[in-house]
Amino acid sequence: MSILHTVNKSPFEKTALQSCLDHASPGDAVILIEDGVYGALSRTAASERIAARMNEVSFYALGPDLLARGVANGSLAEGVKVVDYGEFVDLVAEHELAQAWL
Amino acid sequence: MSMEEPENTHPDVIKKFMYVNRRAPYGTVYALETLEVVLIGAAFDQDVSLAFLDDGVFQIVKGQDTTQIGMKNFSPTFRALGDYEVSKLYVEKESLEERGLAPDDLLEITYEDEDDDWAEKPSIRIVDRTELTKIMAAQDVILSF
Repeated sequence: MSILHTVNKSPFEKTALQSCLDHASPGDAVILIEDGVYGALSRTAASERIAARMNEVSFYALGPDLLARGVANGSLAEGVKVVDYGEFVDLVAEHELAQAWL
Repeated sequence: MSMEEPENTHPDVIKKFMYVNRRAPYGTVYALETLEVVLIGAAFDQDVSLAFLDDGVFQIVKGQDTTQIGMKNFSPTFRALGDYEVSKLYVEKESLEERGLAPDDLLEITYEDEDDDWAEKPSIRIVDRTELTKIMAAQDVILSF
């Protein structure tokens, strides 16, 4: 039973991403949306958190939210896949459960 | 009736106002609303500055494109601040670094210096935490939203 976790808060302001990562099981997926996409940046004070789970959890970031915030693909952490709205829907359908970390 | 500037009832009193921006631009409405307040406040001929720290530095990242999220991209408005004589935008160095950002990632924001033959100068001043602390301590009014 795998879960799709959504995180919509900046990792520099809230603990949503950290709590999500602390409660995600191997095989789960995490999609970063809204201000959560800042968690996908490489070389930041928060980058290590995602890197530490990269081998057992799939990470996605919502493209339109990255674009809005001027986050270029080149500055994303390695292994984070950028998805559009349609692929976000597919991810929801592929997982038995969705959990929102607000 | 002539369209005169509203008279300043205390013409000699110019206070130092600082607006503190600590939030990312689109997840909440605070960033946009703060900018609106700055523009309104600019009509009062005070000594205005803006501070960008914590997630506030994300507000002035260049290359923002909001077409796919259905929200207004208000980042170009920061470039108009110079026309309102708001020419001091202090950006905290440590906040940039913690977020993997460099000064080159920020918008080009300038003003024309009337004391220097209207030379175009950068409004953004990168300052470290210690300097920003001192600048804050020197204000008459600090506004955060």
